[in-house]
Amino acid sequence: MIRAAQLAKRFGDKRVLQKLSFALPEGGFLLVTGPNGSGKSTLLRLCAGLSSPTGGTLELGVERGELGYLGHEPLVYRELTALENLELFARLYRVPERQARIRALLERFGMWDERDNRVSTYSRGMTQRVALCRVLLHEPRLLVLDEPYTALDAAGSELLDAVLAERSGAHTFLVSTHDPERIAHLASDRLEFV
Amino acid sequence: MNGYFGDVVTLAVKDLRLELRARDTLPAMALFVLSTMTIFHFALPSGSSDNAALGLLWIAILFTALLGLTRTYAPEREQSMFDGLLLSPVDRSAIWLAKTVAALAFLAAVEVVALLAFWLFFAHIGWSLLAAVALADIGLCAVGALVAAMATASRSRELILPLLLLPLTIPVIVGAVGASVADDPGKYLAFLAMYDAIFGVIAWATFEYVVAE
Amino acid sequence: MKKLIAPLDNAVGLALLATLLIGVATAMTFFYAPVDEDGLNQKIFYFHVPIALTAYATFGWGAWKALVHLWKKKPGADLESYVAIHQGTIFGSLTLITGSIWAKLRWGHWWLWGEQELVLFLVIFLFYCTYFMLRYSIEAGPRRANISAVYALFGVVLIPISFLAIRLAENYIHPIAFTTNGPQMAGSQFGTFLVCLVAMFALAGALYRLELLGKRLDTKLRDLRELVLS
Repeated sequence: MIRAAQLAKRFGDKRVLQKLSFALPEGGFLLVTGPNGSGKSTLLRLCAGLSSPTGGTLELGVERGELGYLGHEPLVYRELTALENLELFARLYRVPERQARIRALLERFGMWDERDNRVSTYSRGMTQRVALCRVLLHEPRLLVLDEPYTALDAAGSELLDAVLAERSGAHTFLVSTHDPERIAHLASDRLEFV
Repeated sequence: MNGYFGDVVTLAVKDLRLELRARDTLPAMALFVLSTMTIFHFALPSGSSDNAALGLLWIAILFTALLGLTRTYAPEREQSMFDGLLLSPVDRSAIWLAKTVAALAFLAAVEVVALLAFWLFFAHIGWSLLAAVALADIGLCAVGALVAAMATASRSRELILPLLLLPLTIPVIVGAVGASVADDPGKYLAFLAMYDAIFGVIAWATFEYVVAE
Repeated sequence: MKKLIAPLDNAVGLALLATLLIGVATAMTFFYAPVDEDGLNQKIFYFHVPIALTAYATFGWGAWKALVHLWKKKPGADLESYVAIHQGTIFGSLTLITGSIWAKLRWGHWWLWGEQELVLFLVIFLFYCTYFMLRYSIEAGPRRANISAVYALFGVVLIPISFLAIRLAENYIHPIAFTTNGPQMAGSQFGTFLVCLVAMFALAGALYRLELLGKRLDTKLRDLRELVLS
């Protein structure tokens, strides 16, 4: 699904990634760990196709529409409601049976009653739940999740545990976290940054 | 509605809805154009011709468009939503086309105010002026939506947009002022249409390189 | 054949050639080309027009390299496009200066809005100055290269469109046509003009090669320094 060889990324004069090689097979679950500033997010952005490497090669086995990416930003419009945001992305991703799909996700993440409120009125944790709905909306084959547990409360984290568990094996995962113990049992492989 | 134009409509509707919610840009543009015209009243000494007023009208329209264009990508920039849009499988040029359509809608709405004020304050408005406004708007917004995307990548942002846009819009001003004041507006309108077609196609074809790595 | 072209690829060879040609061109301008009814003033024509044409050529070359960058993703094309536009801006400024001197000598004014070519160069000059502001306000990387390339492409389209626009604008700004066509050139004048043109092209080519060489050396040095440090 992902094959990286001698991957390098630099911003101006600053080298962030250097000679990184790894492979993530279809259905695999790669856990990326390491301290802040070690290049985890940069790697995930590269794998999501949001930036291009400055050296080496990176092969991605998915089309743009088959990838779900969760970054530091929730990537939803703050002045639109949860429902409007998901409607927008469902149209852009050509999701079949849009209404039913959106409703099922919002209910699953406990956001159905909040659906007509603007994202700007949500707490950080609620926003993260909507962001997760956006990521899962089009049933992506490859999920690239950067610190997905950020801002989630205990109930939200357990919800995410369950969602990841039921999809692991069927979908391919690339997940970065600073709390590897939480999902270590799902991981098929690990990439440690120093 | 599906496919390319479906995406354009979806994205443009999103921009219009965001503007209706935030009400940031339109009132600012309308107030700006009215203030500018008030300034022009004092900048035109008695005995100035209607042609001078028409020239100033075009400056007002250009600067108002510029003011609106600085806000074109504000929602995307403030919330990193470029990433959100670029991740989706839509053709990148559809994002540009939607922004162009939204910018056109804002500019046209403000021009209704501007032209009414011009008619009230200064001079008679002819059909050739209206045709010039329609054609010039397309060129301004098509090129503007592209260079505004360039400006979002720059550290200078609002500062650099006028510098990027003004040299590119000199031909628009020539066509527009010519069509407004000349006895034979046909060739100026044709020139504006040619500008729209040529720069529209280039902006459409190059937008993806401006937003993505 | 390859041996014959080799000096053109070589920055030093090209610089020597340019120096030689400029010497010949200057000598021809003052000692060979006859003085026509405009008097000695007209001599600046042999520099002004070739410089202007060279500026167009370098902007065109910059846009071509921009297209190569976007289309073929060729590494290095971005730098070549930048260096070409840099040279174009230098020759463009010289065009404005020599044109202004010519206007002063011939019509008594440093600036004439009726002189369409000068106005066009002003527009182009403004456009390409912004190129540098834009480029240096974006972090170095693939996005900067892409945006610079797109801007360079807009430039070569803007040149003919602005040319047309300025001609059109003459109709409502100066209703009386203002012709700047001088008398027909004599054969010796045309010959001098051609030598001057080739000399300017060689000069631009040499400067282009030298600047590229310098920039590439900078990059290599930086890579070396990093290699040593790591």
